[in-house]
Amino acid sequence: MTDMAWIDAALTAARPQVLGALLRYFRVLDAAEDAYQEACLRALKTWPVKGPPRDPAAWRIFVGRNFALDEVRRRNKQTSLPEEDDIAPETQDTQSELADRLDESQYRDDILRLLFVCCHPELPATQQIALALRIVSGLTVKEIARAFLVGESAMEQRITRAKARITAADVPFETPGAPERAERLAAVSTMIYLLFNEGYSASGGNAHVRVPLCEEAIRLSRLLLRLFPANSEIMGLLALLLLQHARAGARLDAENNIVLLEDQDRSRWDSGLIAEGLALVEKAIRHRRVGPYQIQAAIAAVHSQVKNAAETDWAEIDRLYEVLEAIQPSPVVTLNRAVAVAKLRGPGDALTMIEPLAKKLEGYFYFFGVKGALLTQLARNEEARTAFNRAIALANTAAEAAHIRLHLDRLQKDSAPQAGTPERQAT
Amino acid sequence: MLYSILCYESEALAAGRTKQEDDAMMGRLANVLVKFKGEGKLGPVARLMPTTTATHIRSGKEPAVIDGPFAETKEQLLGFYVLDCPSLEDAIAAAKLLAAEKPHGTLEIRPVAVFNPVEPSL
Repeated sequence: MTDMAWIDAALTAARPQVLGALLRYFRVLDAAEDAYQEACLRALKTWPVKGPPRDPAAWRIFVGRNFALDEVRRRNKQTSLPEEDDIAPETQDTQSELADRLDESQYRDDILRLLFVCCHPELPATQQIALALRIVSGLTVKEIARAFLVGESAMEQRITRAKARITAADVPFETPGAPERAERLAAVSTMIYLLFNEGYSASGGNAHVRVPLCEEAIRLSRLLLRLFPANSEIMGLLALLLLQHARAGARLDAENNIVLLEDQDRSRWDSGLIAEGLALVEKAIRHRRVGPYQIQAAIAAVHSQVKNAAETDWAEIDRLYEVLEAIQPSPVVTLNRAVAVAKLRGPGDALTMIEPLAKKLEGYFYFFGVKGALLTQLARNEEARTAFNRAIALANTAAEAAHIRLHLDRLQKDSAPQAGTPERQAT
Repeated sequence: MLYSILCYESEALAAGRTKQEDDAMMGRLANVLVKFKGEGKLGPVARLMPTTTATHIRSGKEPAVIDGPFAETKEQLLGFYVLDCPSLEDAIAAAKLLAAEKPHGTLEIRPVAVFNPVEPSL
């Protein structure tokens, strides 16, 4: 007995593995995708009648491969193919024999390669993400277009262009050595992180549309960690995404206004995601191989562990940002650290810290949000107003602009109000 | 007799469920547990975190600590129930009620040989 829901779930779950193996055989994305489609169609025809094969993933890899080889044969009858490629998984015995030949570690490199071809450095980040969603996650173009808030045909074009570009690019198909593997992992991790941010930073009326992007990023980082279970940076990446996503339900109020981290109703945080994130942070730290994702996850963990914002251990957050600044210096990291410094030593020190960043962050919404908030706390209202106006001009969403307007309104009413800071700093 | 009901499922399949689907399934399972509690047979229930959070300690003179999961097996232990049932038949009937609420996976019934030389503190 094989119900369709099971078949559907099994097909989706093994998609990266099957498509990754087919890509290794054919080296061309379109050919691998065609073979994959055909294998799925045949599975949908065969499995409900005959029951699922012992290894559903291996079954599809062989069916897909043979289909494509048949195509080649049909086109070129002259070419003879090696005996080995002639085998079809007709009986359970040949099937399991063939499955045994597929090395587990090869699956791992197949999936990593599939993810990596989506991360070609020539592709802009948005195209990398769209491609990964289409190819690895198997989302439809319509679903991706919806998540990116663009039309379906525009997204279709974007994906087609991106595919053409990576087809022209030269991704090696040999089993990667340790340095290549590490390089691929880093590129893929960055892509997953950007995918998550694409879903996370979107606020306001469309927030609900973009939650699937966050969930997909979490799913991909879980996949990556299952492949590389002892890699502490991937533990850190998954932990970071889980701890941030845990707050999703509290980040917007009923009217879709942004709720700052310090004002969020923490009872609405997802305690299950937090517990898993904390477990992963703890596990990662045991490895004593510090990395940027682990530190960011550790910072998120500090916030996750206190019941109300007033108990936040800002000294610990400042210390963690100091480490992050040392291993991955960036003006955005310093900006985030300044928020902790403001809590610890006051807005004056924090302002001194961010002033040198003005040139580098002149187009960055959060810079002016933080600057305005610090100036407000120092009762330098006129300068605060200028900073907030600049922030509104740079806002990415209506909700961000509305949030800054709230600050401006308060400045109008009160000369020294309590200013909040955009929640994104305190990730 | 105490029976443990161990839930095995492909983690990749479980990870494919949306939060809504998962919440709905856990809600239906909770209803079955309410029934068990009414019958006085419900013991501890645990949902285990994904195997990516696992740590393995290999036994020996100097135990080694290894990150899980090991090489991909098809199904992983994702959680367990402990029920007090008068017979295996009864335990099977109880497990069937749970299985009916889950889309895939296997439940394994293993009688519990209690090892409680020390009073638990939880």
